[in-house]
Amino acid sequence: MSESSNQESLGRNVRQTAAEMATGDRTDTLLQTDELVKTFGGFTATDSVDFAIEEGELRCLIGPNGAGKSTLLKLITGTLKPTEGKVYYDGHDITDLEPNERVDRGISMKFQVPSVYGDLTVRENARLPIQQFADGAERRRLVQESIDAAGLSGEEDAEASTLSHGQQQQLEISMAASLEPDLLLLDEPVAGLSVDERAKIAERITRLNEEEGIAFIVIEHDTDFVGEIADKVTVLNKGDVFREGSIEEIESDPAVKRIYLGEDDGTDDSGGNGDDGGEP
Amino acid sequence: MAADSSAADGTASPSPISRLRNRLEGPNTIGNSRRFWVGLALAVVALIAFPIVGGGTGNQFSLFLVLGLLGLSLSLVWGYAGILSFGQTVFFGVGAYTFGVVSINFPTPGGITGGVIAGTLAGAVVAALLGYFMFYGGVRDVYVTIITLVSTLVMLTFMAQTAGSEWTIGEAALGGFNGMPGMPLLNLGIEGIFTFQFVFNDLALYLPLVGPFEIDPFYYLSLTLLLAAYLGLRVLVNMDFGRVLVAIREDEDRTMMFGYDVKRAKLIAFTLGGGLAGLAGVLYAARNVYIDPSVFELYFATLPVVWISVGGRKSLLGAVAATISVEYLRLNIGGEMALVAVGALLLLSILVLPGGVVPWIDGRGLPWLKQDAIPWLRDDSIPWVKSKVGIAPESEATES
Repeated sequence: MSESSNQESLGRNVRQTAAEMATGDRTDTLLQTDELVKTFGGFTATDSVDFAIEEGELRCLIGPNGAGKSTLLKLITGTLKPTEGKVYYDGHDITDLEPNERVDRGISMKFQVPSVYGDLTVRENARLPIQQFADGAERRRLVQESIDAAGLSGEEDAEASTLSHGQQQQLEISMAASLEPDLLLLDEPVAGLSVDERAKIAERITRLNEEEGIAFIVIEHDTDFVGEIADKVTVLNKGDVFREGSIEEIESDPAVKRIYLGEDDGTDDSGGNGDDGGEP
Repeated sequence: MAADSSAADGTASPSPISRLRNRLEGPNTIGNSRRFWVGLALAVVALIAFPIVGGGTGNQFSLFLVLGLLGLSLSLVWGYAGILSFGQTVFFGVGAYTFGVVSINFPTPGGITGGVIAGTLAGAVVAALLGYFMFYGGVRDVYVTIITLVSTLVMLTFMAQTAGSEWTIGEAALGGFNGMPGMPLLNLGIEGIFTFQFVFNDLALYLPLVGPFEIDPFYYLSLTLLLAAYLGLRVLVNMDFGRVLVAIREDEDRTMMFGYDVKRAKLIAFTLGGGLAGLAGVLYAARNVYIDPSVFELYFATLPVVWISVGGRKSLLGAVAATISVEYLRLNIGGEMALVAVGALLLLSILVLPGGVVPWIDGRGLPWLKQDAIPWLRDDSIPWVKSKVGIAPESEATES
């Protein structure tokens, strides 16, 4: 059976391809990038990145400014198309799929800046992802669950722009998670949050990961936070994977410290100040 | 009352009126209350009675109603889908010319009716083509505005040079700047079954107390179509699809990452808007029995943007109200002063009321029409809406 016909017939939640079942190979790799290159003019944002995560894994992605973290995330969501290389998801080549088609396959994302719809009420926000697949009483129940999970019970009719930064982050995580994804990408979910709010988000991520089996890729600069949630950490530098390992291994690695301080031979000179916003 | 208690505990299935209201109401439109519908009914009655008691036939006013359809088309495209189109006049003009060409070639009631349909579809098809290349070509935001603006100027230049005899489609000469002569009167229907001429056919009627009066059937045709379009769009923008459009307007990338095909949604909205503008163009040409390239001019292309900005772009009601008011003002001032007045109005609304006049009035809640000021207008004073009260918002009741 050809790969392409498999792709046509497979929806989300179908774990194994015929090819994989035949070979018994890598059945639990959820996402894999193959020599992913993205250049903007003369600037190479990602340089043949090979990156993979397993089903149900919780992976943190760290690295100095300009390391290519946000670019890699956008290549995975399909917001950017790679110059070279492939993205495989659930064993299928999804490189040419539009972002919304990737969402249908089970990839969901929370943006770096809280991107709730400010002019809409909390309920309208929560309803938007859910209305695609649920109706009537089921829809009402899921919307309420989504709002409750964000800790926003009682705020249903408030305009989202009136919520605090932390509440907006929670609401957006709820909205992204309500799509029942297999992979949830979070771009700096706790930037600018208080200690309390950070703890809530950490708890939320861990719960979604452990109870619902959602795999995560989290971009985060806060190493304490990373240590709290992550199974495994990937360090990106100059557009490529620099190190991979547990948070202890990464933290004790002098080479990682050097790239953060800009002492490595890297072109990066802005240090690890935690702001990744200027990255293309 | 049995009906009262069963509605209150939410076990009874909603009445047809309640269900209709659920479709028409939602967070994306203003006027989700009984007082609004009473007010709208009063306004419609006033518009129906206007030619009868006002002395005229309604012929002059019918122009404003036709342009109201054009205003609604931009409200959908810009106000709801967030696509600032400066080229609704392209679809308006294409609709008008298509109606002219078809009706001149088939000047029977069936042919003219076909012309109305063809003109509407032509507006939609041209919008679909233009929209397809823009949205699927990755054109966004201000570039869409520029392309649509240029499109109307291209149409102006093109139609202006069609004076020669080679620019004839069948019997219909496009006529360049002189416009298209020889259009038949708007006589709709099917020969042998039922036909009716809607223009230049003032009906002399008599009512006791009022006495004899004359009405223009075209006025009532355009009023009916405007009301239908308004209510239809209310249903559309409060549907799931309408909520997707609003989400796209608010944040296109975010909406795509919730799994929505935003290009397709924008194309659908743009096409519907084109069809509505096309219908407005058809009626415009039919009313004047004439069309010329001035409908593609920059000045005319600007007007819908002014109407929608003044009335409030996120409000269908605002679009209609402002189109009628601004056009009434513009035609009564006339000449160069009208330009100044319209420009001043646009500046004023952008600087003082960026959200538009109608949403501002709605937000202030009109103290003299507050719900609790007049008990009879309260939503909870009537059994069939009682189930809605307290279960905010209406949107969620829609699915029940």
